[in-house]
Amino acid sequence: MVIQALAFYLFAALAVASGVMVISARNPVHSVLFLILAFFNAAGLFVLIGAEFLAMILIVVYVGAVAVLFLFVVMMLDINFAELREGFLQYLPVGALIGLILAAELILIFGAWIVAPDAEQTLTSPALPLDQVTNTHALGRIIYTDYVYLFQASGLILLIAMIGAIVLTLRHRPGVRRQKIADQVSRRREDVVEVRDVTTGGGA
Amino acid sequence: MVEFWWSYAWPTLWIVIQILFIVVPLLIVVAYLTYAERKVIGLMQLRMGPNVVGPFGLLQPFADALKLMTKELIIPTGANRVVFLLAPMLTFILAMVGWAVIPVAEGWVLSDINVGILYLFAISSLGVYGIIMAGWASNSKYPFLGALRSAAQMVSYEVSIGFVIITVLLAVGSLNLTDIVLAQKDVWFFIPLLPMFIVFVVSALAETNRAPFDLPEAEAELVTGYNVEYSAMAFALFFLGEYANMVLMSGMTVILFLGGWLPPLDIAIFNWVPGIIWFALKVSAILFVFLWVRATLPRYRYDQLMRLGWKVFLPASLLWVVVTAGAIVVFDWYPGVVN
Repeated sequence: MVIQALAFYLFAALAVASGVMVISARNPVHSVLFLILAFFNAAGLFVLIGAEFLAMILIVVYVGAVAVLFLFVVMMLDINFAELREGFLQYLPVGALIGLILAAELILIFGAWIVAPDAEQTLTSPALPLDQVTNTHALGRIIYTDYVYLFQASGLILLIAMIGAIVLTLRHRPGVRRQKIADQVSRRREDVVEVRDVTTGGGA
Repeated sequence: MVEFWWSYAWPTLWIVIQILFIVVPLLIVVAYLTYAERKVIGLMQLRMGPNVVGPFGLLQPFADALKLMTKELIIPTGANRVVFLLAPMLTFILAMVGWAVIPVAEGWVLSDINVGILYLFAISSLGVYGIIMAGWASNSKYPFLGALRSAAQMVSYEVSIGFVIITVLLAVGSLNLTDIVLAQKDVWFFIPLLPMFIVFVVSALAETNRAPFDLPEAEAELVTGYNVEYSAMAFALFFLGEYANMVLMSGMTVILFLGGWLPPLDIAIFNWVPGIIWFALKVSAILFVFLWVRATLPRYRYDQLMRLGWKVFLPASLLWVVVTAGAIVVFDWYPGVVN
């Protein structure tokens, strides 16, 4: 158990530290890299509580795809750091006020937090006996069998969001020549090559 | 003290020994893969390949390694030092850690985890960071262009790799790599899932940035892409990482489609051969295909590469997932599902 405890404190401390670095790093690319480190440590924590499927999905989805896009965008931005710091004192009061309001809201919410009455029971006797099925099977049963309609609905919402993003950014530019593979493949010799008998001196 | 030894020190030591038994042969394989590549492509192009250092040039990889180790490491003034040095290490480490879950023979695996295939998928999807960090930290235009190309390419082809993995999982009913291999006892998956096998091999080429998809390092356009500014050991780590990734992807192909360590036929003579030999033979065959493709095919143009990934492989693999799932439901071929 000592090892688990050590691993927990290692992952947790690194996650918090890299979270702090995300907002305090001067270079936005470093921020994204620290964000990735935070994701990794969160995945480590998932592994420690035995949720290995969630840990891997966290890495595949957030680190392998989402963070790559973040990094991509942040690298392409041309940010002038001196300009960013110019109005710092001027905006400080407003920022502090917003921060205070958010903190107050969070405190209110946590104060009024009621743990779901059946949570205790779910913890002690899970829907599926976890010593017999892996947590991948258990998650699959719950998501695809018990809550399949909700799952489908969330999938549809994501699909709509994706279509929306494509519709917003799609524009047809005239005059762009695209490669049409089918045309190239279906081209026959007879269509494009013509053999002519040219009489001497009768060309041109 | 005795308890400390048996419950902490010895297990740690044992794991370290096992890791060495994986990493050292792997590095030798990687070294000789570079030799094999030069030799095979040389022979295909009617040249000799390396033949000076040692008999048949067999010591060439070590000569190259020594040369790279003794060279000067140059860090460009405009570079972001930490990220610049972190990138090659990351590439190399990621190519190594994937082997923690690969079973090279029955029970010969460092960590037989439940979600082995997802772990491999996660590790291979992280490979892009080494390249993108190198490109950005170099603070130079060719590396950056190479890194951007590579990032787009790897993200695109990962999607179809994901669908291929899902198809195999549907046929196996488990994410454990040993279970995946054992499920192929009767028939290797490349026969019933042939289209997916082809998609996976081509995507593996794209994922490892190999010809004909080696656009990140297209030497005619980008010098060598993301690693232009690297020299000495930092360059060597990129090089080793790239080749180790090829071996890893070949290992993944063998486990998913070619029956891992299983012999081709379940007969006595074949069963006498140890599993690791079969595994090594199959990995070598796939690696040979990697080299063969490089000697044969010209490089894809960038828009053709993207078209192949998004407009051909993605719909095809998605369709095949649906077909496989449908077949399993209709013919009641459920693999050992826990209810």
